[in-house]
Amino acid sequence: MRTYSALALLREGLSGHRGWQRAWADATPKPHYDVVIIGGGGHGLATAHYLAAEHGISNVAVLEKGWIGGGNTGRNTTIVRSNYLWDESARLYDHALGLWEGLSDALNYNVMFSQRGVMNLAHNLGDVREGKRRVNALRLNGVDSEWLEPAAVKAFCPPLEVGAAARYPVMGATLQRRAGTARHDAVAWGYARAASARGVDIIQNCEVTGFRREGGRIAAIETTRGSMTAGKVGMVVAGHSSVLADMAGFRLPVESHTLQALVSEPVKPVLDTVVMSNAVHVYVSQSDKGELVIGAGIDDYLSYAQRGSFPVIEHQMGALLALFPSFSRLRMLRGWGGTVDICPDASPIIGRTPLDNLFINCGWGTGGFKATPGSGHVFAHTIARGEPHPLAAPFGLERFTSGRLIDEHGAAAVAH
Amino acid sequence: MLLIVCPHCGPRDQTEFSHGGEAGRVRPANPEVLGDAEWTDYLFMRTNPKGVHKERWCHSAGCRKWFVTGRDTRSHGWVK
Ligand SMILES: Cc1cc2nc3c(=O)[nH]c(=O)nc-3n(C[C@H](O)[C@H](O)[C@H](O)COP(=O)(O)OP(=O)(O)OC[C@H]3O[C@@H](n4cnc5c(N)ncnc54)[C@H](O)[C@@H]3O)c2cc1C
Ligand SMILES: [Zn+2]
Repeated sequence: MRTYSALALLREGLSGHRGWQRAWADATPKPHYDVVIIGGGGHGLATAHYLAAEHGISNVAVLEKGWIGGGNTGRNTTIVRSNYLWDESARLYDHALGLWEGLSDALNYNVMFSQRGVMNLAHNLGDVREGKRRVNALRLNGVDSEWLEPAAVKAFCPPLEVGAAARYPVMGATLQRRAGTARHDAVAWGYARAASARGVDIIQNCEVTGFRREGGRIAAIETTRGSMTAGKVGMVVAGHSSVLADMAGFRLPVESHTLQALVSEPVKPVLDTVVMSNAVHVYVSQSDKGELVIGAGIDDYLSYAQRGSFPVIEHQMGALLALFPSFSRLRMLRGWGGTVDICPDASPIIGRTPLDNLFINCGWGTGGFKATPGSGHVFAHTIARGEPHPLAAPFGLERFTSGRLIDEHGAAAVAH
Repeated sequence: MLLIVCPHCGPRDQTEFSHGGEAGRVRPANPEVLGDAEWTDYLFMRTNPKGVHKERWCHSAGCRKWFVTGRDTRSHGWVK
């Protein structure tokens, strides 16, 4: 793999950009792998990368039914933060945020991580109390977090309507300054490139269609490009987790819903942070291209259609204009949907399954992009050692039997 | 926007309805003899099919009737 650098850019610039290599090799399936990762989203690719980079396991394949990053990784609104309430989540998401801070260097790939801050607005007394409680809980866990009074909110984000006449009065906000956004495609491509350079096979257009089970293990994986055997299997397919679990013969506590987003026409810089409101159901940031990136909540019925419903758009745009009256003349360019895997406690599932050599990583729902590096990191450890990474241990499937749920609905409902 | 057929009022916009989740989940008859695994299955596990899903809807902003219908989760098309 040739390293990207300013010097390489200069050299290529002078020679007409004809010397760049493909970022990763397009592999064809081999009959056996030490580890097969199903799902070529950010989490699957990151898992493969850390298996090779940190555990010396490089006879690994990532099987992707479409193109890598074509699932939720390439459809999300790219918000990265670690302001979750409970100790278990604060540790897991902050581990991820720590990895984000060095990711472009570690991968030699610019993931355009921008720590522009994430602000969660409070519009009523309940929001204020919940926000302050969260700030305190985060600080006790060593995670940066601040409470802003209304004047400070206005100073931090001038286009926001905070006056007494505002439709939704702003009574304060939580702010995480280390939070921000990253470029979603670059995350998939950067991990794919780094993993491929260490010998991982990235196999696209390869859908897993079934498993052959023997004695409580996965003996073989059937795919649209033939069958293969694997020492261990990691399942990282987000919205399709129930479908794959069904093939393997067990049930999951997840439901697949559509989460949609939309972008405006590009405009000059107007918003240099991320603003979210759980109470009025909308969040917004501005991409480096200048588009406003806008999202809200899920459709409440199950769906694998990757197509969201209109009432959600209508509601979120109404909420957006109440918060930012100056956005009223912007035209919206395009919208899209992704199929997200929602857990009853809005926390992910990472760990073992009823099958001995099958491991699972799913249930990130509406908010897993932010966790991509941390998720891959702890899941690689879990697969390599055969037992959960300490940060992943509370997130096992067993919690639905023990009752030790990690209820993060407050941190994950509309804020992704 | 889904157009949902209420058995009482006929086809109406989705915004008049609330979604009630997977149909046919029956509370276990003898809870006191139930083991942890059975409780887990009843409380948390879902079929979540990619295909036909039997689900409950309530015409909450209309006649308030609860009813069960089938819907293809790939196409959002209604099925009997
Ligand atoms: C509109 C929207 C906005 C969001 N906004 C945010 C946000 O701002 N911040 C945030 O943190 N999170 C956000 N999320 C959530 C985030 O996108 C996901 O949690 C995260 O990307 C999941 O990554 P993944 O790698 O697990 O899944 P995916 O990227 O979905 O990868 C799973 C892959 O598995 C593949 N697959 C499925 N079945 C098979 C099979 N049988 N064989 C082979 N491959 C298969 C799929 O094709 C897919 O590529 C958002 C999601 C959506 C849809
Ligand atoms: Zn009715």
